[in-house]
Amino acid sequence: MNLSNLQLLGIAALIGAISYWVARSRAVGYRRDHNIHSMPQYHGSYAFLWVFAPVALFLLVYLPVSNVMLSNKLNALMLNAGIENAGMQALAANAVGNYLSGATSSISNKFMPIAEGYQSIEAELGLYRTIIAIILMAGGAFYALKRSTADFRARNQVEKFVRWLMIACAGIAVLTTFGIILSVLFESIRFFGKVSPMDFFFNTHWNPQTALREGQVGGSGSFGVIPLLTGTLLISLIALLVAVPIGLFSAIYLSEYASSKIRGWAKPMLEILAGIPTVVYGFFAALTVAPLVRSLGQSVGLDVASESALAAGLVMGIMIIPFISSLSDDVINAVPQSLREGSYGLGATKSETIKRVLLPAALPGIVSAVILAASRAIGETMIVVMAAGLSANLTFNPFEAVTTVTVQIVTLLTGDQEFDSAKTLSAFALGLTLFVITFLLNVFALHIVKKYREQYE
Amino acid sequence: MSDAKRLKKRHVAEKRFRAYGIISLLLALCFLVGFVYSIVSDAVPAFTQTEIKLDIDFDPELITMDPEADEEQRAAQLRMMNYNALIGNALEKIFPVSEQDAYSLTNDLVSSSAQYRLMNMLLSDPELIGTTQEVWLPASGDLDTAFQGYVNEELDESNRSVKNNVLQMMVTLRGEDRLRTGFNKTMFTNGDSRSPQDAGIKGAIIGSFYTLLVTLVLSFPIAVLAAVYLEEFAPKNHFTDFLEANINNLAAVPSIVFGLLGLAVFIGFFGMPRSTPLVGGIVLALMTLPTIIISSRAALKSVPPSIRSAALGLGASKMQVIFHHVLPLALPGMLTGTIIGMAQALGETAPLLMIGMVAFIADPANGILDPATVMPVQIFIWSDLPDRAFVARTSFAIIILLGFLMVMNALAVLLRKKFERKW
Repeated sequence: MNLSNLQLLGIAALIGAISYWVARSRAVGYRRDHNIHSMPQYHGSYAFLWVFAPVALFLLVYLPVSNVMLSNKLNALMLNAGIENAGMQALAANAVGNYLSGATSSISNKFMPIAEGYQSIEAELGLYRTIIAIILMAGGAFYALKRSTADFRARNQVEKFVRWLMIACAGIAVLTTFGIILSVLFESIRFFGKVSPMDFFFNTHWNPQTALREGQVGGSGSFGVIPLLTGTLLISLIALLVAVPIGLFSAIYLSEYASSKIRGWAKPMLEILAGIPTVVYGFFAALTVAPLVRSLGQSVGLDVASESALAAGLVMGIMIIPFISSLSDDVINAVPQSLREGSYGLGATKSETIKRVLLPAALPGIVSAVILAASRAIGETMIVVMAAGLSANLTFNPFEAVTTVTVQIVTLLTGDQEFDSAKTLSAFALGLTLFVITFLLNVFALHIVKKYREQYE
Repeated sequence: MSDAKRLKKRHVAEKRFRAYGIISLLLALCFLVGFVYSIVSDAVPAFTQTEIKLDIDFDPELITMDPEADEEQRAAQLRMMNYNALIGNALEKIFPVSEQDAYSLTNDLVSSSAQYRLMNMLLSDPELIGTTQEVWLPASGDLDTAFQGYVNEELDESNRSVKNNVLQMMVTLRGEDRLRTGFNKTMFTNGDSRSPQDAGIKGAIIGSFYTLLVTLVLSFPIAVLAAVYLEEFAPKNHFTDFLEANINNLAAVPSIVFGLLGLAVFIGFFGMPRSTPLVGGIVLALMTLPTIIISSRAALKSVPPSIRSAALGLGASKMQVIFHHVLPLALPGMLTGTIIGMAQALGETAPLLMIGMVAFIADPANGILDPATVMPVQIFIWSDLPDRAFVARTSFAIIILLGFLMVMNALAVLLRKKFERKW
């Protein structure tokens, strides 16, 4: 008998529901001749939680542990079978996996004992898991039913549980952050074991093609992140050059000049731009804008690459216009009316008021909006994957093809690969770089707002 | 400079400044219009599909059936049949003097999905064997392009994909009234395919559905509970500040980094299956959590404290106050935030590329553990294919995706309007 994890959870929910019903009807019975502390449904919920929660927790721990144990066993089995070469091991693991999942019905004789051994260990682990889960369920039900007597404060217990559940949910955000940092850091450390950090951060050449087998022609690859960073910066800079003036002036016009009717129309239209998926922008950039830029460039005698930084940057700029305009709109609106009226009272025109009074007052907010937009442009993936190139040119010429950090991450990790070559691991080092850069930009943006914000009250 | 002159100059500057505002707003709107126009005009060829009328002779000699076989075996035999031979025969009757043989005629004029249409006809009604039927079959890509008039005949034959023989045959077929265009239903009934005529987004829509389902089931309860904790229970201390800073920071982490997290943790560490809606949904749930938490907190904040005081005064516990009174009032606002988060998740591509959802998958997924593809990834895959006919398909898929997003956002706006309460 081997149950899947989901089936086990289902059984736990079922037994939990039965315990709920038992505890609840018992509490209803108490109520006939006692004053009970908690409503019957709290007694029921208490029983349900004691059945379901331990099993759910156990499975959450079991999953990664069993995964590690199984892969260790598989390695041991392969060494026993005399398969020592890494490539051969990957092949065997694949064949065994396909055979056991039923994707292929045959397997070569060489791998058969591995598959059988693996299957028996898997079954054994699964059996232990089922037994432990059932013991947990039974123990939980027994404990909860034993405790829920007439004067038992079931409500307080359930509320305590819910409170911890809420803390856990809020903690998931922290766990996610830690998960990101740990996963990226862990693989990056493995990468820096193969390629020195000096080489990564200061080499000006990026060519991640490494030899797949020992002694193969093709070189060892070079992992200099500088050309990727300059490419990212170039595209983000073009994007900001498009988005900042357009977004800022739109925001000024909408908040200071436009009638409420125009505002009511134009604002949602701008927000549509923000709701368009980036893959759609990417398609637009690659199919419409890039050829347009190229032919425009050729008509004035410029040699524009078909995947120029300019095209990707322009479209990315369009994408972040609403981001800048809505954030600037908010900060401009937050400047108190008395400042405007004071300025008008001194005889300033509207534009003078905006330039001399409103913008300086709103400046910290606007600067932080621009920094947040820059961070978004640096982390943006699909537009550059589809419209920027793959060749890592160290150039600031917007008409040439450049590549970015995100493009390289996607290229390196798309397709089935094991995480053991410097090539795939370098993607995680790039991810770490990206995470750190965007994190610093976000912190910096928040800091500016906090430090320079004017307090009007 | 005289005062009048200076005043005039200032007024000109005022007008100029205002014009900058109008120009930039118009520019932004122009981008939107140009964008919509470009996508829609690219998509037009994919809206319709040309069909070709053929007199298919279900020749019993070509359809070898074992009379002894039971129903299941008959069905299996019908699936193995060579239906292109039937199509080829019908085409040869229309073009008796053609130099091309039946095989190349079929290839040139009829879509490779036509055989399945014939197969399904026979499967549903085996009595058709031995009869001749007038059947509308999907035309090939070349014939479709030719019939819809997208071929520039002035170009030299070697420079265009639709060759002269197809054009001539198209004229013959049109003369015999054997061609018609209809709405492109294949787009909604088929999964992915390497041939543009047969490619559809059914698989992608189903994959997106499962992925969003996982995302919703995970992110909504977690985000609501987290928001309730932070807004109603959390003491004001360093840990809470840290939590809040964390959530705000997560909202600004590039989505591709979430993909790296999914790859390293859920696939690498937990050993979950690659390319599945389960992993995709989990990653997208983590990504949308901050959005939903932030809007849920705003919704909780808008519930007036008098409600809480009244319930507390009647003897409810803090938990009962929140779950019986505050949460129901805040729910519409939370749902609005959730729908917006789901729309964001529906359009997200980059993290799904990291967890391997880019594989070519023709069949729709049957559950959250089956390899699947989602709509934005399908758009990405198609946009990479060299075949020009895929440009129209991609644009069509984009229009459908944008349609879904528009419906979701409209729903959020409607919900907000309907339940918005001023206290």
